[in-house]
Amino acid sequence: MLLRQLSKRILVTAGLLMVLPFSINADEQAGPVEVPKARAKATQEFGCVAPVEEMRKSHMQKLLHKRDKTLREGVRTKDISLAECIDCHVTKDEKTGAMPSFGDDKHFCSSCHNYAAVKVDCFQCHNDKPENQNYKHSLTDNPLKAHHKDLALNVEASKKSLNKETLDVVTSGGSK
Amino acid sequence: MDKNMTDLARRNFFGKAAAAAGLAVAPGVMLYEVQARPADQAASSKVRWGMLIDTTKCNDCNECVTACQTENGWGAGSDNEQKSSDRQKAQWIRKVKLTDKQTGHVQSLPLMCQHCETPPCVDVCPTGASMKRADGIVLVDKHICIGCRYCMMACPYKARSFIHEDLHNQKVVAPRGKGTVESCTMCVHRVDKDGTPACVEACTKADRNAMVFGDLNDPNSTISMRLKEFGGEQIRADLGLNTGVRYQGL
Amino acid sequence: MKNVQYLEIEGNSKGYLALLGFLGLIILGALGAFYYMEHNGHWVSNMDNQIVWGTPHVFAVFLIVAASGALNVASISSVFNKTAYKPLAPLSGLLALALLAGGLMVLVLDLGHPDRLIVAMTYYNFKSIFAWNIILYNGFFAIVAVYLWMTMDRTMAKYKKAAGITAFLWRIILTTGTGSIFGFLVARQGYDAAIMAPMFIIMSFSFGLAIFMLVLMASYNWTGRPLGDALVKRLKNLLGVFVAAVLYFVMAYHLTNLYATEHHGVEAFILRDGGVYTQLFWFGQIIMGSLVPLALLYGPTGSNRKMIGLASVLIILGGLIQMYIIIIGGQAYPLEMFPGKEVSSSFFDGIVNVYSPSAPEFFLGLGGIGVALIAVALGVKVLKFLPTSLADEDVDPHHK
Repeated sequence: MLLRQLSKRILVTAGLLMVLPFSINADEQAGPVEVPKARAKATQEFGCVAPVEEMRKSHMQKLLHKRDKTLREGVRTKDISLAECIDCHVTKDEKTGAMPSFGDDKHFCSSCHNYAAVKVDCFQCHNDKPENQNYKHSLTDNPLKAHHKDLALNVEASKKSLNKETLDVVTSGGSK
Repeated sequence: MDKNMTDLARRNFFGKAAAAAGLAVAPGVMLYEVQARPADQAASSKVRWGMLIDTTKCNDCNECVTACQTENGWGAGSDNEQKSSDRQKAQWIRKVKLTDKQTGHVQSLPLMCQHCETPPCVDVCPTGASMKRADGIVLVDKHICIGCRYCMMACPYKARSFIHEDLHNQKVVAPRGKGTVESCTMCVHRVDKDGTPACVEACTKADRNAMVFGDLNDPNSTISMRLKEFGGEQIRADLGLNTGVRYQGL
Repeated sequence: MKNVQYLEIEGNSKGYLALLGFLGLIILGALGAFYYMEHNGHWVSNMDNQIVWGTPHVFAVFLIVAASGALNVASISSVFNKTAYKPLAPLSGLLALALLAGGLMVLVLDLGHPDRLIVAMTYYNFKSIFAWNIILYNGFFAIVAVYLWMTMDRTMAKYKKAAGITAFLWRIILTTGTGSIFGFLVARQGYDAAIMAPMFIIMSFSFGLAIFMLVLMASYNWTGRPLGDALVKRLKNLLGVFVAAVLYFVMAYHLTNLYATEHHGVEAFILRDGGVYTQLFWFGQIIMGSLVPLALLYGPTGSNRKMIGLASVLIILGGLIQMYIIIIGGQAYPLEMFPGKEVSSSFFDGIVNVYSPSAPEFFLGLGGIGVALIAVALGVKVLKFLPTSLADEDVDPHHK
């Protein structure tokens, strides 16, 4: 009887100890990587390229396909344009205010690629930062007023009326 | 007499109406020639991009070179390539000075990738990275360039450069990186948005007007009409490469 | 003729281990040079946008050309049925593979993106002779490996001839391809000549056999196995013929160029005004690399093995110099874009381009030789490449 209790306690403790590491996921991150937030958040109305899970799984395939279309055929849609991705996703470090370089954990691409230890050589040639790095995030200014004329999320160019979710996003500047 | 006046009035009216109609249609007629290719449409062989350079207007001017450097981020247009020697630094376009050994006549001209119709660089590239686009622009697909430099051996114009060190802060429109080969792209990023190459634009802005860019396949384009009137020679014409870049006054 | 016995070398003497150690050091040096160049970029070398291919390519192309020539001895036995050379066929095949491996290693490690080797093996532009060469080089490995199997495995003896003929034809195409790398280039005055392909073939005969002779004599000397004079005499006479043939092709190339006014510029450069290139040509390639070896091989010293060895060394050095003149001299001479004009620009047009080998390039190239020799040294220890005896009575079919 004593042995049974002891082994039961051992099992319970062992079980708890095994579960403990997973508490690291207690917050809402998908895993141990802190992915920097994009400059603007996609919404139902002004959707971005594809759902997050699909992008996580197949962004390289999309990029590898699009790069041939752009370079060899001259198709320059903003759809999976690397420059557009970087423009939105690569943002200044909230704490230091510095624009991270690829390789830094604070850079959107390397935040995951460092953790997964998957080497990419895109940024040997491509600029890893948005062209306009002095983009200032102002409280009064519309943060989505992009320097790209036809960025879909340019609210002023669009004469449509906005749904509430989009309105929240554009006034809050994409932060939660 | 009255009838004549009425007829005259009618004629006047029709004349003005026709003129008005013509004016209304004309922009459409002119715009048709320079209609931009939509972003989702691939380049087509219906168009062949080319340049005509009047070397008699060049002299010691360097505007085209400076403009290219600024646009594409090489040479003086960036702080890259600090470790490379002068002979290792990339040059997409350079001014060449010619002195005739017999006559002493001096000429100057800009020399860049000639965008040949049958480019030797494309023939020799083992992976197909050196390529010619459907609309005649010759490019390096740096995604699959292995840096063997065979295209540099093959180019009759020494138009290509190799990147000898790590680069940073590249222009978004002109990705370039260590271990790959590059050359003049005829500002394909501008051309695709209906623009003209930076060198041509700078030459025009500086009021020298030595460079013309346009569609060689369109007999009504400025470049075609000028070629028809003044002719345009190829450098190393005997190689039979049918270059897209032609020169006057060679 | 007695049945030839093949046996691995013992390979545990101090000398052998010292040899392995020495070659290992050379290879380490090459790997270090590669890391240095790849990590920093080619700015650390003396290659630039004018001299695009440098010392590594001189070594690499030399080794690749010699590789196909080293297979000659095996081809003579299997294809042309000279029984005297049959015992040498396995070593010949091994040396061919080893030299090719060494040459290719140097070529690949010098690429701007050696990490994209898999791209080079999966994306092909079939108009490029370079792309064909990639297929030919890989095929050479496979075909010679199969040929060695047919030769060394008695049960496969009936396929030996077919394998030998395939290997022979393949290497002719391969070396034609290597020569055509230069011969197909219209851009440069020193290239763009149909003679480049057959000249490379005859160069391969000469360099390959010279290296083979050295390896043969060294391995028999250092293992104490007998090597008869009859065999050495046949090989050295053949080597002399090849050296003379190369000299003939070089003469034909230059005489043709000299006839055409168009090519007088590049000819004057190589033959008279080119400074170091002219000196290398006359003293290095012609006198030291061709005429002196011919005298050593066919003169009174022809029966002296040390002199034959010296001749082989001079032929190899002369061959490296010939490659240097072709590859680097050919790039040093400016492109002829505006005939009759003096040309100058910021991109070094119109002038002879300067170049001197840098240390990383040299050590990388040397590593190719290191890899080739260590492959042979290890191969003869691991497998039965070397006959136990090549004494006259054992191999010469006419010996009484």
